[in-house]
Amino acid sequence: MSADPSDLEQRLTLMRENMKMMTKAVPWARDLGFEVTRIEKGRVWGSQPWDESLVGDPDTGVIHGGVITTLLDNLCGMSCSAILPDFRFVATLDLRIDYMRPADKGRAIIGEAECYHVTRTVCFTRAWAYHETRDKVIATAAGAFAINQPRPADKLESFA
Amino acid sequence: MTPFEANPRAAEVEAFLARTPFAQKLGMRCDIRGDEMTAVLPFSKKLIGNFTIKALHGGAISSFLELTAMAQVFLVTDLARPPRPINLTIDYLRQGHAKDLYARAYITKMGRRMASVRAEAWQEEKSKPVTALMAHFMVGGD
Repeated sequence: MSADPSDLEQRLTLMRENMKMMTKAVPWARDLGFEVTRIEKGRVWGSQPWDESLVGDPDTGVIHGGVITTLLDNLCGMSCSAILPDFRFVATLDLRIDYMRPADKGRAIIGEAECYHVTRTVCFTRAWAYHETRDKVIATAAGAFAINQPRPADKLESFA
Repeated sequence: MTPFEANPRAAEVEAFLARTPFAQKLGMRCDIRGDEMTAVLPFSKKLIGNFTIKALHGGAISSFLELTAMAQVFLVTDLARPPRPINLTIDYLRQGHAKDLYARAYITKMGRRMASVRAEAWQEEKSKPVTALMAHFMVGGD
C-alpha cells in the first residue's frame, strides 16, 4: 500500500525514502550539488559539497554566500513540509541571512533548518550553516514561508 | 578627456565578475554606464526551482541580487577587493518566470566601515519587482 502524504508520519517516511530525489528534482539545487541527509518532524539537514565552480572569492577559494542562501532557503522550505499537518506547497516570503564567518575552502557545508511555528497561513523557520557543529556557525538564517492553499483539481490541470 | 570617458572602475567590476566562478556559473553579465549598473541574468534551465510552475529558484535570484549589490559597492568605491557581506534580507515579491532577470542596486548609506545597500530584480516591468534585497557590506577597517 502506498504512503498517504496527507498523514504527517507517512509523509515523513515518504520524504526519508526520497531524500536524494528531493534535490535532484530541483534544477538549481541539483546544479549546486547539495543533498538532504536527515529528516525529523519539523527539522531537515543537508550537505553542500565544496566545488571550484561555487567559489565567490577567487583569492581565497571561499564558497559564495548565495550558495549558502540557496541551501538554507531550500532546507527551510522542506522543514515546513516536515511539520504541516496537511500536505501543502510553501513559498518563501522573506529570508534573512547573517554571515558569521567564511566557510573553509574545500570543506562541505552542513545546513540545518527548523520550522518552529506554524499559523494557518505562514510557517516560521530558522536555519544554521556550519562545518562541524552549531557552536561554530558559518551563517544563520530566519525565513517566513507562505502556505499555499490547495488548488481545485481543474486549476491544477492548466499547469500540465 | 573625451566626453564619454568610461568609469575606470567599470573594468575592475567586469574583471571581478569574469574571474569569479560562481558569477560565471550563474551566467550573469553587467552593463555599466558611468556609476549606473544594470545586471542581467539571462534565463537558463538550470536556474529553475520549480518545474511544475516553471519558476526561477529563489536562491538563484538572491545570489544574483547579492552579486549585483556587491558589484555596485565595488563600482563606486576605491576598494582593492569586492566588499564582504555582513547580512542580507530578501523579500520574494512575485514569482520569477522562466525569462531573463534584471537588477539594479542603490547605496542607501556609504559609511566609513559599512555600506547599506538595497537592490531590486525585475522582468517585464521595473515597477513590478520580482525580488528585493537589503544588505550590509564591510567597506573598510575589518
